[in-house]
Amino acid sequence: MAIEFKTKPGLVVYLTAGDPDLATTRDIALAAIDNGADVIELGVPFSDPLADGPVIQRASERAVAKGTRLTDVLGVAAELRKARPQAGIILFSYLNPVLRLGLSDFCAKAAEAGADGVLLTDMIVEEAGEYLEAMRANNLAPVFLAAPTSPDARLKAIAECSQGFVYAISRTGITGTQSSLTSDASQVVTRLRQFTKLPIAVGFGVSNADHVKAVGEFADAAVIGSAIVQLIEKTAPEQAAAAVGKFVAELRA
Amino acid sequence: MGGATGSTTSAMVNPAGPIRSAVGRFGVYGGRYVPETLMAALEELEAAYADAQKDAAFQAELDDLLHNYCGRPTPLYYAKRLSESLGGAKIYLKREDLLHTGAHKINNALGQGLLARRMGKQRIIAETGAGQHGVATATVCALLGMDCVIYMGDEDMRRQELNVLRMRLLGAEVRGVSAGSATLKDAISEAMRDWVTNVRSTFYILGSALGAHPYPTIVRDFHRVISKEAKRQIMEQEGKLPTAIVACVGGGSNAIGAFYEFLNDTNVQLIGVEAGGRGTALGEHAARFMKVGGGVPGVLQGTYSYVLQNDAGQIALTHSVSAGLDYASVGPEHAMLHDSGRATYTSATDDEALKATVTLARTEGILPALESAHAVAEAIKLAPTMAKSDVLMVNLSGRGDKDMGILARELDLQSVSVKG
Repeated sequence: MAIEFKTKPGLVVYLTAGDPDLATTRDIALAAIDNGADVIELGVPFSDPLADGPVIQRASERAVAKGTRLTDVLGVAAELRKARPQAGIILFSYLNPVLRLGLSDFCAKAAEAGADGVLLTDMIVEEAGEYLEAMRANNLAPVFLAAPTSPDARLKAIAECSQGFVYAISRTGITGTQSSLTSDASQVVTRLRQFTKLPIAVGFGVSNADHVKAVGEFADAAVIGSAIVQLIEKTAPEQAAAAVGKFVAELRA
Repeated sequence: MGGATGSTTSAMVNPAGPIRSAVGRFGVYGGRYVPETLMAALEELEAAYADAQKDAAFQAELDDLLHNYCGRPTPLYYAKRLSESLGGAKIYLKREDLLHTGAHKINNALGQGLLARRMGKQRIIAETGAGQHGVATATVCALLGMDCVIYMGDEDMRRQELNVLRMRLLGAEVRGVSAGSATLKDAISEAMRDWVTNVRSTFYILGSALGAHPYPTIVRDFHRVISKEAKRQIMEQEGKLPTAIVACVGGGSNAIGAFYEFLNDTNVQLIGVEAGGRGTALGEHAARFMKVGGGVPGVLQGTYSYVLQNDAGQIALTHSVSAGLDYASVGPEHAMLHDSGRATYTSATDDEALKATVTLARTEGILPALESAHAVAEAIKLAPTMAKSDVLMVNLSGRGDKDMGILARELDLQSVSVKG
């Protein structure tokens, strides 16, 4: 169990867990893995997702309204681990649901579920002492975000605190699709590269096969989020897994 | 009360640090929990603020504008008829409602506006609940010639329409937010999304003592003037410090401003009043410190403090008749003062606040904002239990003109009968 990008660029697929429901999230994740996703980021829905654009906001709202809990998302992770032992699984959450469960409880349960790592959207490296200890104790990889606005000193700390991979944000902004990648994306990857040998994944606005190809020229992996969440929103639940599987296969084509 | 730090500067990025960083902490509360994209901007703000604090010219310009533009110092008024009708402590009102734009909010909006200009930022964004911070920010932007975008929940735009019109007249763009409960919390999230996107060109004038470090410290510092003046004024008028100070607490900016200079005067009771809304069930109030059914420590919008939430860590909806108190979390310095016991926190219901509004209007000819009316309601409860020699100071944080629509709906103004 480790995060590994077998082909270049690797593919990370973000899903808001519980949208439209937990069983469908599991089926969608399996379809994504079977069609070429290296890593699944299981998003824990949160009532106030301030780093997210309208697409993931709506998905979170739907999932929260259905009563989706952090512990339910851990259940999906466990099912994925059982079904696909080789896939990378990252839990992606805002801090508050994790704090409510308790940092060490959460890390223990995440490890038990078979997750490889965790990304907390609103956790910065300076505040992460207790979190990193709990992660280490449970053999989980902490993944931190690196931003185009982060000065080199911050990128260095982010690289040093991260395991598995580092998540480089492609632009200043919130999650959401866009028509083309900005030059911010390659610059932040180049600057990060000075400080780490870990794979670097690029996300925020990576929406189609052309973007994935472009990311492959300067980074190790691409993260697709809103484009897939939007596809799920537009598709009937029973067809969502097949639709996402096809979409991921096309990204790989 | 040496614990009120909140001013530690970030020395360096220290990943091997303690359990949590000491930067911007009030006891265990506060800190910085934001998307990484904002960190450079927060560090820039922290440095610029430290620099401005050392600059006598910055402080002189702020003082001049507070005096000549805003009308400081505000009076400390002995509310004789109210006091006598209650038959207990002498009640004094710190008249922040008389400030330009009608509330204490201008103290901070002006301070941050000058800071933005100093940092060369031309585009200003802000959130607003009751609209008082939005109006204050729009005013400062007009004064300084800056571009202004205000985020406001749709529900708040509806119930505080007058302030929406004022902001637009002042040249601000008001953007409605329909997410969640369409109130202050959702306006803050949307302002933060704007800031993340336009962080290189934009200054976020946060309106309460909330959010990631350094905001709670900056906002408190710009409101300290309230307690600085009040301390001098009460000594002049009564020759002693007040027995107790009462202030309403939404995010907590007027309260921390009214409390701060008295923190070391431990014989002065500090009382914060939260919105008790219309019931004690989650969703029916905004009383974060309520013993049963209140908040638990967590992270909302950048800071660690008490948060109203369900047992899965989802943020609860809130209710208050006053938009400015209708928020699920509370400033981290108040969380510290709550835990240490230095300040106590209580609540007033919608009905109590509405009644207090009428009482103050009819005994003193002063129409308080519904937010401030929560503090008045507590004073009405408390004063009769105190001795005639006691002095009770109420921070009257804003005026109530903005609430006339709500008051007309909630009260039968012709027949409502209130003693006094």
